[in-house]
Amino acid sequence: MLFPARLFPTPVDVAVQIWEHLTEGKLLADLAKTLTRAFIAFFVAMTLGTAIGIACGRSRVVDRLFSTWVVIGLNLPAIVVAIMLYIWLGLTEFALILAVVLNKLPLVIVTIREGVRSFSAEYDELARAYRLSFWRRFIYVGTPQLTPFILAAARTGLSLIWKIVLVFEVLGSDGGVGFRISTFFQFFDIKGVLSYSTAFIAIVFIFEYLILRPLERRILRWREER
Amino acid sequence: MGPQLDIEIEGKRFDVLAPLLADFSLTVAPSSVLALVGPSGVGKSTLLRMIGGIDTVFRGRVLVDGVSAAAAPPPGFVFQDPRLLPWLTALDNVRIVREATTREAAAAMLRRVGLAGYENAYPHQLSGGMQRRVAIARAFSVNSSLLLLDEPFVSLDRSLVQEIEGVLTGLLDATQPTTVLVTHLPEDAAMLADRAVVLAGRPAHIVADFKFESRRGARSRAELEHITNQIAAASLERA
Repeated sequence: MLFPARLFPTPVDVAVQIWEHLTEGKLLADLAKTLTRAFIAFFVAMTLGTAIGIACGRSRVVDRLFSTWVVIGLNLPAIVVAIMLYIWLGLTEFALILAVVLNKLPLVIVTIREGVRSFSAEYDELARAYRLSFWRRFIYVGTPQLTPFILAAARTGLSLIWKIVLVFEVLGSDGGVGFRISTFFQFFDIKGVLSYSTAFIAIVFIFEYLILRPLERRILRWREER
Repeated sequence: MGPQLDIEIEGKRFDVLAPLLADFSLTVAPSSVLALVGPSGVGKSTLLRMIGGIDTVFRGRVLVDGVSAAAAPPPGFVFQDPRLLPWLTALDNVRIVREATTREAAAAMLRRVGLAGYENAYPHQLSGGMQRRVAIARAFSVNSSLLLLDEPFVSLDRSLVQEIEGVLTGLLDATQPTTVLVTHLPEDAAMLADRAVVLAGRPAHIVADFKFESRRGARSRAELEHITNQIAAASLERA
């Protein structure tokens, strides 16, 4: 047989498997664990990265201070960071999340820094002419210009984080989607791998179409109406 | 009553070439409308930014009623382009420049420039002329006694210019700010100004200074033509 059922299960088989993992297995608990890790890492990386990115965009000194580390961070293989942190901090939740944050952070910094650098000099002049306060400039002039870059960083960041979290869970954790997939792999359980992957992709779709896109449409409605 | 402007520039340069302004001196009477006329690059807009307190890198002093321009209250500033923030509606573009401006006051200002019903329109939904009107409404909304206009009619067709000049004349008569209008077109100066100063050369210097007896906004076509020709002749002679 060209496609043995054990290696290439049908969509129906995968759907049945998902149902079994949902009702009798640990699919929900694993999803919850992975999503919690991903969201904590995402939140920390976005907050820190945005703050550092703004500072780098506004100050040459700060940019020089971080630029070398950013280049290293962008090019260092994710797995190396995870292994080093697991060795130094042990196979802990903290080490896993920190490893994800360190992998994601440079990308956020670079995106936000470029966003700040692209700020319009004309709007800056307008703000100076009318003596706008720091907060009014930040809220009404700076933030709207930065928003597309924050959204871009969020979207690319989330996609990166999903992947990294799973890899790090394979490398060393006590549960989660990645951990479970690695267990299935040891038994060559392709149905298990596909059922978990499909469930995870479904979550990603829900997040993309029910949260991220409506949010983006709302925030950037002034652009959409063009 | 608008403030008096006292301008004394010892030196202003952007590069190692000849300074843009040197030993330049000019006084503008309170509540008058001064037109700065001259070719592109002569330093008109730079001078306007110095009066507005935006450009502070020069030797000399620019005083607004005795106070340094940078420390003076914010002027109403109309730039060469409308410079509206595209993510804000027309109403919010007017409100943003002054915290105390209420929605009602901003809407009233938009009505005064003929934009009733466009409060919630975004800049890209407005025509070029309407965007300029929002910029004028924004400039007047700060209740400033100093109004700075940097080529406010550039790239507009003449019929639209006349329309906007009509709006401006009405607002100037009502609020009486000290106004500096930068333009390279003598027609605009003839229409709006009480006095026109023609600049030329590098460093820029005053080559002609006209004070007009007749009231702006009430000048006949013949008077406008006469003033326009006077200013144009002074500019050409120098060129």
